[in-house]
Amino acid sequence: MLKGRNLIEPGDFSIQELDEIFRLADTIIAEQGRFIDICKGKLLASLFYEPSTRTRFSFESAMLRLGGQVIGFDNPSNSSVSKGETIGDTIRTVACYADIAVIRHPREGTAKLVSEFSNGMPIINAGDGGHEHPTQTLTDLLTIHYEKKRLSNLKIGVCGDLLFGRTIHSFVKTMNRYPDNQFVFISPKELQMPEHFLNLLPKNAYVETDDLANAISDLDILYMSRVQRERFVNEAEYMRLKDYYILTRKKLSLAKEDMIVMHPLPRVNEIAREVDSDPRAVYFEQARYGMYVRMALIAKLLGVLS
Amino acid sequence: MINVSKLKKGIVIDHIEEGRGYYIFKELKLNEIKDPVVLMQNIPSRKMGKKDLIKIETDLDLDLNALGLINPNATINIVKNGELVRKFKLTLPKKVSGLLVCKNPRCITQSEYIPSIDFYLVDEDKKTYRCEYCDTYTTYMEK
Ligand SMILES: [Zn+2]
Repeated sequence: MLKGRNLIEPGDFSIQELDEIFRLADTIIAEQGRFIDICKGKLLASLFYEPSTRTRFSFESAMLRLGGQVIGFDNPSNSSVSKGETIGDTIRTVACYADIAVIRHPREGTAKLVSEFSNGMPIINAGDGGHEHPTQTLTDLLTIHYEKKRLSNLKIGVCGDLLFGRTIHSFVKTMNRYPDNQFVFISPKELQMPEHFLNLLPKNAYVETDDLANAISDLDILYMSRVQRERFVNEAEYMRLKDYYILTRKKLSLAKEDMIVMHPLPRVNEIAREVDSDPRAVYFEQARYGMYVRMALIAKLLGVLS
Repeated sequence: MINVSKLKKGIVIDHIEEGRGYYIFKELKLNEIKDPVVLMQNIPSRKMGKKDLIKIETDLDLDLNALGLINPNATINIVKNGELVRKFKLTLPKKVSGLLVCKNPRCITQSEYIPSIDFYLVDEDKKTYRCEYCDTYTTYMEK
């Protein structure tokens, strides 16, 4: 039962529950007209303590497309937050008005904390600092579910900043819950997967390399990520590593015909613009899947279909 | 050896590492309780060479979880009506509440007041715990 639950991290849901959400998303994609007013009379609170237009639009579009309505803020300096109210008090008040809340906050662990004060109102974590961003992971999984028709027995290349990439860690951790997935971690030495993260995976489930061209040929999925400037103290180091990998049409010609290229966006230089028109490039489609998976998630947490 | 009268009721914390008794005394805030407390230091021990020992004559429950973290090798003796009713070795607690502080500067616990934060044991050898909110690992530092 997903009704009334929170989504703080992907591990909150079992594989069966995740599949339940993806199946509903499939139905929504196939029969959009059926869902246009299932959330009529429901209110979603969109609490963005730091701006993230992309994520906010995705959630708000999802709710509006289900016939629900949205209240919220994306600039906490205009709200009672700036008057020194604790976040627990804010959420208690919001729970009096809204049926479900989405929260984004720069501090890690905030979504978990507010879920302790929400009085049964479902909380969706829309990113808490470098910690978790579970609907990004759900978006990635729905993309694979839709494009590859399965979530298991895949060879998944993950390329770029593997050291600091929150999105990447969450993605790999969740894909590792499905059987027979193999990972190829492609990164420069300085940005390899942290050891404590590798310890979570079975030894035979992954290989590490710094050679994208060599690794690409037998992948089912290539997940690209950008090197984040804000993680570097040293600007020269950032400049050296940011263009370490660039996926070009030439490199992509070495890949399988049915491989898909994913990217959480925004990209910088790591995927050449010439790749955008390749049918294997699904990264712009991901945004659409992101909205559908959020529609399915909201419907499930509100229990409007049962 | 100085003779301290036999305990009628309360708790004996035995096999404390030499020199750690006073630290435990302070951590458990034994100076604040109204019942009789004895701290003995540098007692000859066959197993340990020297050891410290604390006797508390009390009905109060002590937070043995906290003690497990501070000195996981100590032995606890519970005495009632002059008889030993329970004796056990401490282990590192699987969960500690309100004793550790998250070291992650970006953690919500650094900016919101939370009276008691739970930490979960992840590495017994290193005494490493995971913050319930941000999942960052924090290692217990002996003072
Ligand atoms: Zn923390």
